[in-house]
Amino acid sequence: MKERLDEQTMALRVARELQEGWYVNLGFGIPALCTNFIPEGKTVFFFAENGLLGFGRNADSDEAELLGWRYVDAAARPVLPAPAMAVFDYAEAFDMIRGGHIDCTVLGGLQVSEKGDLANWRLPVYKGKGGTIGGAMDLAACCKRVFIVMTHTEKSGKPKIVRECTYPLTAKRCVNLIVTDIAVIRVTSHGLSLEETAPGWTAAEVQELTEVTLEVSPNLKTMAL
Amino acid sequence: MSVNKVVPSFDEAIADIRDGASIMVSGAQGPLGVPRNLLLALRRKGTRNLTLITATGYRSVSAAKFYGFPHAEDWVDHGILIDNRQVRKVVCAMAYVPGRDSVLQKQYEAGEVELEHLGHGPFLLRMWAGAAGLGGIYQPVGIGTILEEGKEKRVINGREYLLEMPLTADFALIGADKADCLGNLVYKGTGRQYGPIMAKAARVTIAEVDEVVVPGGLAPESIVTPGIYVRRVVKAQPEVHK
Repeated sequence: MKERLDEQTMALRVARELQEGWYVNLGFGIPALCTNFIPEGKTVFFFAENGLLGFGRNADSDEAELLGWRYVDAAARPVLPAPAMAVFDYAEAFDMIRGGHIDCTVLGGLQVSEKGDLANWRLPVYKGKGGTIGGAMDLAACCKRVFIVMTHTEKSGKPKIVRECTYPLTAKRCVNLIVTDIAVIRVTSHGLSLEETAPGWTAAEVQELTEVTLEVSPNLKTMAL
Repeated sequence: MSVNKVVPSFDEAIADIRDGASIMVSGAQGPLGVPRNLLLALRRKGTRNLTLITATGYRSVSAAKFYGFPHAEDWVDHGILIDNRQVRKVVCAMAYVPGRDSVLQKQYEAGEVELEHLGHGPFLLRMWAGAAGLGGIYQPVGIGTILEEGKEKRVINGREYLLEMPLTADFALIGADKADCLGNLVYKGTGRQYGPIMAKAARVTIAEVDEVVVPGGLAPESIVTPGIYVRRVVKAQPEVHK
């Protein structure tokens, strides 16, 4: 079995895409790890949809206690204030999202289609309307850029990059970039372009685990990690 | 000042919430913004068949313990009303997540509780429409998803929008940091949460606060929720809520 990237390394790779001065939202799970991989000297403003803009690193429980548990992100994780941080309420936060003011959201994914449709709010085990929409539909439909970070296949080996999403949709034609544990794929107007493969992986091996035919970029390279 | 919205006890503050009422409850992340003692009072009263309008359909006990929040061992949020079978219908932004205590999932799948699952944005806009006296709002989120079901769709300037109808409630229970006796509110840290929007959208808003100050004790430009939206204020006692 070939080695795949671990979660930290996937977060490192997607974090490199975040540009100086961007206002960025991070979803739960692997996306949230991106805060660990912003190099010294680069300024990225992290936005949490519970009403926090420009927060610092995670606080441990002693630090949180000292602050009176004052600041938490959307996953209820205590964070430290940073200079020029702003707090507001949910309604303001979702105006920022819906109004297209957030430069980028990094989200997890269950499936992405070749057109860039995203399914990520309901696991197949749930029934009816159950699951977690939260901010996912707003973020995916309205942020300027949508980056998905996810394993390339389900645990069973089933491809997650598919012709049509079979799980309930989060938003249509919204994804710009997919970073997986074996590849970096860009969504273009004419399909999916394979830009990078993980160390040790060939384009043909990535294709084998992908339901959609990938267009191999003329600049295909191995991920620099 | 002859107007005084401060009520002496939590039980008194919620005494007129009757069976079948609709209630909005603030708080979603962490202890701030959660009207802890109002929720405990409502559980004591045992009011039933409530429509609960709130961010999440689950109790955040495991997250509270994981991050070491105050009261984590004895965590209180709106989920206690679902656990205690006082709720007939839940309207929320997040129904349940893997690994969290999900009494709602069991009750919904058994057909005991109705569920309206909206996502935050449409949920907030519906409350805003209710608060601001609008007939509805066209918004762009949820096109091609389950949120389209039963909604009017309209193309405006080449983009598709869904019509969201106003959402109001009989009561809102919210948590804030400080109030004056006229109900002007300020919040602490990320504790605003759903407080400001719910205070506007409900007919009767009851705020639980850590401190009550004299009129004039809050700088006018610091007030987040003006007292016109707040009917009652109750102060949490230090021994029950630090």
